[in-house]
Amino acid sequence: MLIRFVLNGKPVSVDVEAFDLLADVVREKFGLTGTHVGCDTSQCGACVVHVDGRSIKSCSTLAVTLEGAKVTTIEGLAGPGGQLHPMQQAFHDQHGLQCGFCTPGMVMSAVDFASRHPNPTHADVCTGIEGNFCRCTGYQNIVKSVMAGAAAMQTAQKG
Amino acid sequence: MQTFEYLRPSSVSEAGATLAKMSDARPLAGGMTLIPAMKLRLIAPTALVDLGSLPELNGIKSDSKSITIGAMTTHADVAASADVRRMIPALADLAGGIGDAQVRNKGTLGGAIANNDPSACYPAAVLGLGATVTTSRRTIAGDAFFTGMFETALEPGEIVTAVTFPVPLAATYEKFRSPASRYALVGVFLARLASGVRVAVTGAGTCVFRAAAIEAVLAEKFSSEAVAGLRYSPEGLNSDMHGDAQYRAQLVGVLAKRAVAKLTANGGKA
Amino acid sequence: MNHPADTGVASKNPTGIGASLLRKEDMRFLMGRGNYVADIKRPDMTAGIFVRSPHAHARIVSIDKQAALAMPGVVDVLTGEDLKTDGVGGLPCAWPVVGKGGAPTKEPAHPAIAQGKVRYVGDAVAFVIAETVAQARDAAEAVVVEYDVLPAVVGVLDALKPGATAVFDDIPDNVCVDWEIGDRHATDAAFKKAAHVARISLVNNRLVGNPMEPRAAIGEYDRSRGQHTLYTTSQFPHIVKLLMGNFVLNIPQHKLRVVSPDVGGGFGVKQFHYAEEAVVTWAAMRLGRPVKWVCDRSEGFISDAHGRDHVTEAEMALDEHGKFLGLRVSTIANMGGYLSTFGPNIPTNLYGPLLAGVYTTPAIYCEVKAVFTNTVPVDAYRGAGRPEATFVLERLVDVAAIEMGIDKAEIRRRNMIPKDGYPFQTPVMMEYDSGDPGGCLDKALINADWKGFPARKAASAAKGRLRGIGLCTYIEACGLAPSRIAIRLGVRGGLFESAAVRVHPTGQVTVLMGTHNHGQGHETTFAQIISERLGIPANNVEIVFGDTDKVQFGLGTYGSRSLAVGGSALVKAADKVIAKGRKIAAHMLEAADADIEFADGVFTVAGTDRQKTFAEIALSAHFPVDYPLEILEPGLEEQAFYDPVNFTFPCGAHIAEVEIDPDTGVVELLSYVAVDDIGTVINPMIVEGQIVGGIVQGLGQALYEDCVYDPESGQLLSGSFMDYCMPRADHIAPISIETHITKCTHNPLGVKGCGELGTIGSPATVINAVVDALAHLGVNHVDMPASPNRVWRIIAEAGGASRTA
Repeated sequence: MLIRFVLNGKPVSVDVEAFDLLADVVREKFGLTGTHVGCDTSQCGACVVHVDGRSIKSCSTLAVTLEGAKVTTIEGLAGPGGQLHPMQQAFHDQHGLQCGFCTPGMVMSAVDFASRHPNPTHADVCTGIEGNFCRCTGYQNIVKSVMAGAAAMQTAQKG
Repeated sequence: MQTFEYLRPSSVSEAGATLAKMSDARPLAGGMTLIPAMKLRLIAPTALVDLGSLPELNGIKSDSKSITIGAMTTHADVAASADVRRMIPALADLAGGIGDAQVRNKGTLGGAIANNDPSACYPAAVLGLGATVTTSRRTIAGDAFFTGMFETALEPGEIVTAVTFPVPLAATYEKFRSPASRYALVGVFLARLASGVRVAVTGAGTCVFRAAAIEAVLAEKFSSEAVAGLRYSPEGLNSDMHGDAQYRAQLVGVLAKRAVAKLTANGGKA
Repeated sequence: MNHPADTGVASKNPTGIGASLLRKEDMRFLMGRGNYVADIKRPDMTAGIFVRSPHAHARIVSIDKQAALAMPGVVDVLTGEDLKTDGVGGLPCAWPVVGKGGAPTKEPAHPAIAQGKVRYVGDAVAFVIAETVAQARDAAEAVVVEYDVLPAVVGVLDALKPGATAVFDDIPDNVCVDWEIGDRHATDAAFKKAAHVARISLVNNRLVGNPMEPRAAIGEYDRSRGQHTLYTTSQFPHIVKLLMGNFVLNIPQHKLRVVSPDVGGGFGVKQFHYAEEAVVTWAAMRLGRPVKWVCDRSEGFISDAHGRDHVTEAEMALDEHGKFLGLRVSTIANMGGYLSTFGPNIPTNLYGPLLAGVYTTPAIYCEVKAVFTNTVPVDAYRGAGRPEATFVLERLVDVAAIEMGIDKAEIRRRNMIPKDGYPFQTPVMMEYDSGDPGGCLDKALINADWKGFPARKAASAAKGRLRGIGLCTYIEACGLAPSRIAIRLGVRGGLFESAAVRVHPTGQVTVLMGTHNHGQGHETTFAQIISERLGIPANNVEIVFGDTDKVQFGLGTYGSRSLAVGGSALVKAADKVIAKGRKIAAHMLEAADADIEFADGVFTVAGTDRQKTFAEIALSAHFPVDYPLEILEPGLEEQAFYDPVNFTFPCGAHIAEVEIDPDTGVVELLSYVAVDDIGTVINPMIVEGQIVGGIVQGLGQALYEDCVYDPESGQLLSGSFMDYCMPRADHIAPISIETHITKCTHNPLGVKGCGELGTIGSPATVINAVVDALAHLGVNHVDMPASPNRVWRIIAEAGGASRTA
């Protein structure tokens, strides 16, 4: 069936099967392969995207349910000229990524988290990203990244 | 996932009629349990009836005595609701502790109680507060709603539309999370209501249940001393790789004590 | 950022050795532009799904493909019989070991798709290829397999019982190899004169590596050129090319290309040649169309090689002063249902030789029985053998300390190889070239405020919590490996590394590495080495890896080898470039080769101001004017191969503090201090990231992760993230890292490696802390993971439970 939604700021329409998951649709139909699939039980968070401004696991979301929704993937986060979002920049500055596979989902979760928790504590961040697994970093630098990214998002908003 | 028909009803009654007609159809709420189960081919419904497009199922209303939450209200919305936070903070805490942020952004109250996973959190609140479940056909007392493992009093085609939680004198939810899944290995919902003390336990048995032994002790005297010597029986409790029945019994006791301690420490206001 | 201060070098180059340069590879990952195998689409591509055995042990009576073949979109259904018909070989074991008395490792046939029998839940029985994944999945359910279910054997102790089910008919005792190292008689003699003997029985829990990117493979065949391509999530594409081409599919090496693009974490799990790689390559050839397989996580749990899974009895002989006299270790290690690529090597050569630890123990004897069971094959997982050795030794040292009433730091100091004792020959083969574990220990004790622990313990006790502190000193052998030693130990190949430095006419450099970057920051670290060596900015260096058509050969990335072996090859190649540059400069500057000096990117005639920059030399090499062609070729590209003369030996001291809630058994990590001697540090930021990541993976083994099989049916009970507990952000505590450097004496950079030390040090450190917290109850060991239920039960049985039961 044909569905219409807004993907990374652009209106799109696409023909999907009832069982097509949002993760598969953005990857296969739109070539947006930054959204990754790391598990099949909705736990690892590699597939996190934003739907109507909220982070969700796209591997457990049927594409057909998104008629009229606003979907943002990792590819839609940077500015039009390619300038990194403050959270992306923070992950780079704080060495918050290693193999990069969890990174898109982690960053998307972090952006949603920071937008709701502008001045988070260390513990807030640890809880806030509990739905995203990373096997490489041991999370220490990811937590630093999210703290720094949240602060940078504050500054950017004020500026 | 096997193929199925996707239906978007325009009203609750249409949704109910469709579900009643198609025995293999399932209502789709947040999908946080249903979609993974379908992906793993544990279930293969012939049709999904999407309740997401029915605004009447969404929202939080309150009066002085109760809060009514629409079935399709997400855990995140319940956790963030100022009214819920003010009137039944234990419920806001419970909703804010389900799964993770992304699960809370999709998962719904109605989906959670209709699924009745033995380790889900919401059933403990419904039972612990003595809430009332409103469906497309009737109202069902919380005490009568959960009938067994993944089983409820819902009939084919009957849809949960809202749950009305009475505002307690005080309540708290103590959860021991399974470190892997984040479901409740054991969760204890303790409420003081005008009608008495209610203790609902999830995660420990095949279905959420009221811990009558603990309620009896607390009815006599609501104090930490009253539960200090409590030993909860492991009989009939679950055993799995994360916790045997003895351990779950231990957790029921520990969490009940912590719940009592919290309510007594807060002067009964929590 | 606070990075380990001691790098062992003082470079002036801002992008050279010792700089915490931000990673060059980050941008593509941050922007969602990584290129993982699952992201690759090839023209006319099909999708494959494996049908896997639901039984741990069964005879395949029949497989009926007809219904599946008739389903929409289905292209083909392949089975083990088809493999046989096509003459496809079995998966080879690349590192069998030599058992007692010279007995060979038993290497039963390992078909890529089961033939006749299935030997574990997850063993592939058919491969369904269709136009789409959904169609292939539907059709996979329609493949009818009739099984004659046999009794299964799951645990290693059960596998050795008389009359146990045999996994292979011709190996009735299930023993793959019975291996030993050390001097049995000298060790027996040491125990005879012991004043005290400390004993321990322990299990090293089975783990699932779970890199976040599931495995994937795409096979492609170009009939017009007879050319095969395999895209695969591998840590070592060249080895896959060699093993698969040569032993499995009989494809000439010049007709096979293996590409491992961005790989989302490996941890050893992706350093084996897997059946799926051979199957998609073979299927693509049969069909003449690309075939793609992407593993689901649930499928990964039952098809990725698992790690660890040892049962061990160990004892240590001590004199009356707590001096170690002898160590005796007997281990049974699980190989699973077949031999994975390096299976038998892990619990033997990578385990026994590490049992000396950082100590002077004069007599050591270790025997290991590797046994077959009806479980997923077991192979290397980050640390591979060395975490298991460290766990046995460091637990035993703590038991001895407790029993003899000696401070745990003091007993280690008394037995430690002194700083001036290197090189040190252990009684179990290894010759340590360098190290200062005592210096690491001193710093760690300060950083962790070891002396202040009693006050903190009292403060915890006042809250009703049991606090414990745990210490571990470790040494590991990495930089795999000196071929001269490894070949004697059974490896079927060399373990050197290659690097090529390609200088472009404008002076920028492309480096072609035989190692593989899957998170370790190679694209930055190796660029820093070139920057330092050639005096050009790191931004002018591109690192290429993971494509056998681009990189001539390489052994890949595992065993903390990329820097110690690959980095050394890179230095050698860079030095060859400099040597040739010197000749070009001599020609251009009309001087003798010997008079040309090279520093900071400039070639200078000694004692003059006549000079040419690196870029000028590069340009000249590509526009050669009047070159003396008989002695100077145009062009500037050099390749080098480096075979280390010895392993490298990172060592260190780790200290953890934990608090236990006696009511629930929950262990909370409060702090973790690591001081490590890893040789020269190229990029402190990356090193810190590697060490912290490893520590948390080890923390996972110690407290959370457990691969659990039903002992009767052989069903995997912990088969998803719902039950297999991965460490999450809210499990961690502050981890402090410091380096304490002694340089490796036998490689050009003085580097040792840092990838595995975290998983090697942290399980023993954390469990020592847990046991310390419970020591007042008479507890001397807690098996991993120290899960809430397990710890609560130990406390309850020791009579220490609160009255809340």
